[in-house]
Amino acid sequence: MSRKVVERLKAQFGALGPGRGILETSDFRGDECVVVGKADWQAVATFLRDDAECAMDMPVDLTAVDYPDRAERFEVVLMVRSLTKKHRIRLKTRLAEGAKLGTLIFVWEGVNWPEREVFDMFGIAFEGHPDMRRILMYPEFEGYPLRKDYDISQTQPLVEYRTPPSSWAGGEGKFAPFDRHEGQPWSRVDWQERAHGRDIQVSPAIGLQEHQRPTLSKGHEYVASNAAPADPEE
Amino acid sequence: MEPNYEELAEEGGALELPAEPMRLNMGPSHPAMHGTIRMVLELDGETVNEVDVQPGYLHRGFEKSCERGTWGQVFPYVDRLNYVSPMLNNVGFSLAVEKLCGITVPERGQWYRMVLGELARISDHLTCNSAGAMELGAFTPFLWCVKVRDWVWDILEQETGARLTHSFGRIGGMAKPPTPYLKDSVRAIIPQVHEVLAETEGLLLKNRIFLDRMQGIGKLSRERALALGVTGPVLRSTGVDYDVRKANPYLLYDKVDFDIPVGHDGDNYDRFMVRFEEIRQSLRILEQCIEKMADQGSVNVDDPRVILPEKEDVYSTIEGTIAHFKLVMEGFKPPPGEVYSYTEGGNGELGFFIVSDGSGTPYRVRVRPPCFYNLQATREMICGEMIADIVPTFGSINMIGGECDR
Repeated sequence: MSRKVVERLKAQFGALGPGRGILETSDFRGDECVVVGKADWQAVATFLRDDAECAMDMPVDLTAVDYPDRAERFEVVLMVRSLTKKHRIRLKTRLAEGAKLGTLIFVWEGVNWPEREVFDMFGIAFEGHPDMRRILMYPEFEGYPLRKDYDISQTQPLVEYRTPPSSWAGGEGKFAPFDRHEGQPWSRVDWQERAHGRDIQVSPAIGLQEHQRPTLSKGHEYVASNAAPADPEE
Repeated sequence: MEPNYEELAEEGGALELPAEPMRLNMGPSHPAMHGTIRMVLELDGETVNEVDVQPGYLHRGFEKSCERGTWGQVFPYVDRLNYVSPMLNNVGFSLAVEKLCGITVPERGQWYRMVLGELARISDHLTCNSAGAMELGAFTPFLWCVKVRDWVWDILEQETGARLTHSFGRIGGMAKPPTPYLKDSVRAIIPQVHEVLAETEGLLLKNRIFLDRMQGIGKLSRERALALGVTGPVLRSTGVDYDVRKANPYLLYDKVDFDIPVGHDGDNYDRFMVRFEEIRQSLRILEQCIEKMADQGSVNVDDPRVILPEKEDVYSTIEGTIAHFKLVMEGFKPPPGEVYSYTEGGNGELGFFIVSDGSGTPYRVRVRPPCFYNLQATREMICGEMIADIVPTFGSINMIGGECDR
């Protein structure tokens, strides 16, 4: 971490008026941290990358912290490092619920997935992000799990079977389960029916299937064990 | 339908067969995938045009779960992040909380952490490389390397009592001091590991099949790797000598002598070779650690607010009972604040961003998973290659589901 970067940022973004530019700086346990206004998020990041003295060329991590008691409840935290100068800095900004933040994907491409993860876990949308989908959770998940008001013991509703979009495979694609005349049938064998000599399987997806199962092995018929062992010569 | 040859002749004679890209789903349960991960591929014949990598199938809510116990109760979760080298995660998290509190572990404890950490790194790289070779059909290297990994695990079992999920780190030290057999056991395996490494390389590095599938496949350039946040062996294979142990030495890594192997092409072969060379460097570090580690002395800080008292004291003195009760029921309370602490994990920079509100429960534990960023770069390595090249490329990333999906 480096004091010089903080000084550089202060000189550049120090006096932009209330709520803009640099709001706070801190230095806890040697971690330099700068809080910037949400409007200047992209400008400060671009400066950090392009300025010759900062030269922050490695995105390290992007995450968020939720403080539900504050008016601006989310803190988005970005950590970057410079490979040439070998210093680091932590950049933060504060957001109210529902507010959007400009994406940094055009500054460092590596924040693509972390921004998706912050969206997934906290519900903070990044403006200008080309692919704002959930990344760790499934699309039907309700709520944002890392918010403090999301109870850890909460359960989620069951998800319906998805119907694949018709655009796949030119609109006429085949999806499992296949039609009953195709492929190898898959299901549990109905042993009750088999016992009565009928070759029927019941599949939950296709329904009844007759005479479709490949012939099963007849198995080994075991004789009574007290029979004399076969003579190896024979 | 037969093409109209007269029209074709007017257009220049080229016969274009109708073709459209095929969409193929690979995973989340695929025999050649190391973890549960899904790739939706768009194929042109056997060439990959576009790929959508979808992680998340092993998401267990690690970060959320950490927010409901004590700081010490995070250790079992941390074990299950990178489950191939759990000791590195244990040490990484201990160092993060110690940075938050301003604690420094005694020197013997730091050497001990380095010994266990390097053993874990060896097992991590061995698993990755040998499994990668196995996926290309070379089964023998896998068996030989897993044999070595078992020797390493034998030492870890002797020290911690568990082969895989040790939960051995503690805030301010380790759960137990080193056993008297530690140094002899480590000294005993070092030459044998060297021998097996040489044998394994002899099997693979002149093998035409292996070379053809590794060299020049899955390339990543230095600039793209940096922009995508890639770290660890994958970054070093592109020629960047960034290793946290050298760049920002933690523990006592500045007192040992070792080199950072780098590649130059950033292909599968370089990643493979960087990992094997790192095993040799880890062995070098191990030799120096057991040389310099004292035989006597405590591995834990002498502070009853941080470290659990000896069981003997808990049952025989009132101070011990009180200290034990407070630590177990309320947990250790770090000062309010937030720090980011980073170490070199098996796959790259393993960082912990922790926020404390001054209570015994973590307010936020964020792990910076190296795999997550490395996996993000997989798209670039795969696009334009053949579909069969996905297997060795993905194997050389060493994506660990527990860490990537948390």
